[in-house]
Amino acid sequence: MFKAIMGLVAGACALAGPVMGQQQPGMQQIRTAVLRVDAPGPPPISRLDLPVADLGFAGARLAIDDNDTTGRFMGQDFEAVEVTASPETAAAELDRILADGIQFVVVLADDATTLALADQAGDRAMLLNARARGDNLRGADCRANTIHVAPSHAMLADALAQFLMWKNWPDWLLVHGSHPEDEALAAAYRRSAAKFGATIVEERVFEDTGGARSTDSGHVQVQAQMPVFTQRAPEYDILIAADESDIFAPYLPYLTWDPRPVAGSAGLVPRTWHPAMEAWGGTQYQNRFEKMANRLIREEDYQAWLALRIVGEAATRTRSADPATLREFILSDQFDVAGFKGQKLTVRDWDHQVRQPILLTTGVLTTSVSPQDQYLHQTSALDTLGIDRPETECSFPEVP
Amino acid sequence: MKHLLTLAPALALLAAEPALANRVFVSNEKGNDVTVLDSETLEVLGTYPVGNRPRGITISPDGTELYVCASDDNLVRVFDPNTMEEMHTLPSGPDPELFVLHPSGNPLYIANEDDNLVTVVDVKTKQVLAEIPVGVEPEGMGVSPDGKIVINTSETTNMAHFIDTETFEIVANVLVDSRPRFAEYNHDGTKLYVSAEIGGTVSVIDPATQQITRKITFEVPGVLPEAIQPVGVRVTNDGKKVFVALGPSNRVAVIDGETDEVKDYLLVGQRVWQMAFTPDEKYLFTTNGNSNDVSVIDVAAEEVVKSVPVGQQPWGVVVAPN
Repeated sequence: MFKAIMGLVAGACALAGPVMGQQQPGMQQIRTAVLRVDAPGPPPISRLDLPVADLGFAGARLAIDDNDTTGRFMGQDFEAVEVTASPETAAAELDRILADGIQFVVVLADDATTLALADQAGDRAMLLNARARGDNLRGADCRANTIHVAPSHAMLADALAQFLMWKNWPDWLLVHGSHPEDEALAAAYRRSAAKFGATIVEERVFEDTGGARSTDSGHVQVQAQMPVFTQRAPEYDILIAADESDIFAPYLPYLTWDPRPVAGSAGLVPRTWHPAMEAWGGTQYQNRFEKMANRLIREEDYQAWLALRIVGEAATRTRSADPATLREFILSDQFDVAGFKGQKLTVRDWDHQVRQPILLTTGVLTTSVSPQDQYLHQTSALDTLGIDRPETECSFPEVP
Repeated sequence: MKHLLTLAPALALLAAEPALANRVFVSNEKGNDVTVLDSETLEVLGTYPVGNRPRGITISPDGTELYVCASDDNLVRVFDPNTMEEMHTLPSGPDPELFVLHPSGNPLYIANEDDNLVTVVDVKTKQVLAEIPVGVEPEGMGVSPDGKIVINTSETTNMAHFIDTETFEIVANVLVDSRPRFAEYNHDGTKLYVSAEIGGTVSVIDPATQQITRKITFEVPGVLPEAIQPVGVRVTNDGKKVFVALGPSNRVAVIDGETDEVKDYLLVGQRVWQMAFTPDEKYLFTTNGNSNDVSVIDVAAEEVVKSVPVGQQPWGVVVAPN
């Protein structure tokens, strides 16, 4: 019952443990790194989505601020080394981080790079995946050293599917891109449709034929192309766009042949966070972020923030800076963390995915938050989103 | 002024009654107003605009000044409780949400969520006396009955900070469960109750040793554990009954203040947030943010006796002492 919780007198807490930093004697040092792997590619369709230099890092800085504020009272000091890499240099950068003795690495990379980095780190570090959404990373390709803070495709698709079923829009026209990650996202929508009883009336593939994303007065052609692309579809309620590569989805709203709403990669978009989110203390979180970063928050920032709050929360609760102790606690059923989502966030033991509500957002607001109340679950309503224990393809090696 | 005219005869009439009626003030977060109820007839006496996004609400011990955190105006508005006319404002720092008044009626301790500060404001001179750095997202504010210690809870740091009201220094920090929302002492100052919204618990702290002596947990059949989110806490003067508002589970827990065991759960409106007793502790009023009403609990019978529609998204509630 007491759970080793004690009152502390501020500044007077002398805690045992290895002291690694020089500048603050007596403080426990918890060192982490944020490794962002930027893949080269064309700019996004909308200039509102242009990359920002501190993407993810800004969220990490806020987490370090938050952790350090608590650390002031606990005698703990947190640090996050920020590293940018290309897919080619990612391995060397991770080596450098590991050689520095850092054992918690937040990774913002694509699916393949995230998996490669996890294998490279092995038992030398715990990875916190703050960007990659591939279901395989939580399934057949799962790794015991990786915590997935980013949601999976399956979670995002289920979150949208629940809402659409509540809305009584069960007939979907699924349009997906021609890249493998678009196909993977489309597979997640097929799975969600089967899980929640929706019907995919037809599938279409939007081929990426290359070329510039937007041109001066390019909307003239787009306005002609999108209705033609979507005409002669069977009767449907809503168009689901699976466009992980950002090739076409933002063009679709208001340009479908039939007057139908769009969801998925454009229109009503499932995501972990949105800069207009205000519920559950979100306003204060947005204010703190904007004051620090001088811009609106993005999903990658929220996910990097949450990843480092997970480490910080574990350090606070265990009063330890020992990586093995923190790791064990994060993976135990004792662990939970608050993330401005109205309920505690925990880690699934079968695939190390962080359970979390998913926001369904339009351009300017949060329309709904899934799971929807109507979907019940015997252990946690959050497990109605994504791959549940009985269906997981992940198996971690037994810890000796 | 017309509100004053309608209210004054009613007050004169009620003053003659043996069971003295009190005015109940409910801040409506979305409605930008305060609904005033009569604590005996449970009728709505009037609704008055009070600024943008009113949340925390309290009243001076002599009943002459009503304080409202106007969160989106970034200040505290002070009203004449009898006329509901604004008298003046107090500086609060940005986005004030909750505050607590010293038992003597001065000063006011305000949690500033954005700045990780507790602001101390003299309600007479309207001057800021101190800004005390605390944990991330300060929220809940409580004060010891002797006025010597103010408690602030910080929602992301997950601590109850004990602040000396003489020196404005933090003298102790107690780590509690996730997102602590509210801190309330019992009347003799021997127990401090701190609710944790996301953690789903109420920590019972011995103020003398600053140790958690017990953690109260909640379980409502048919309600998912995630929906049980303790927020407001109130303790009867004799310390024998503790009421805890459980947010979106739509229940108020009744706890035996001696054993700290949960005795019962009362079904109230949706997303129950804050609560206030009448001075005689006959009734406890709860604000139900998602059903736009106030539930009235008969404290002795431990029963909900009525629900009264108020404004949009009721948040805080206070009952006039006289």
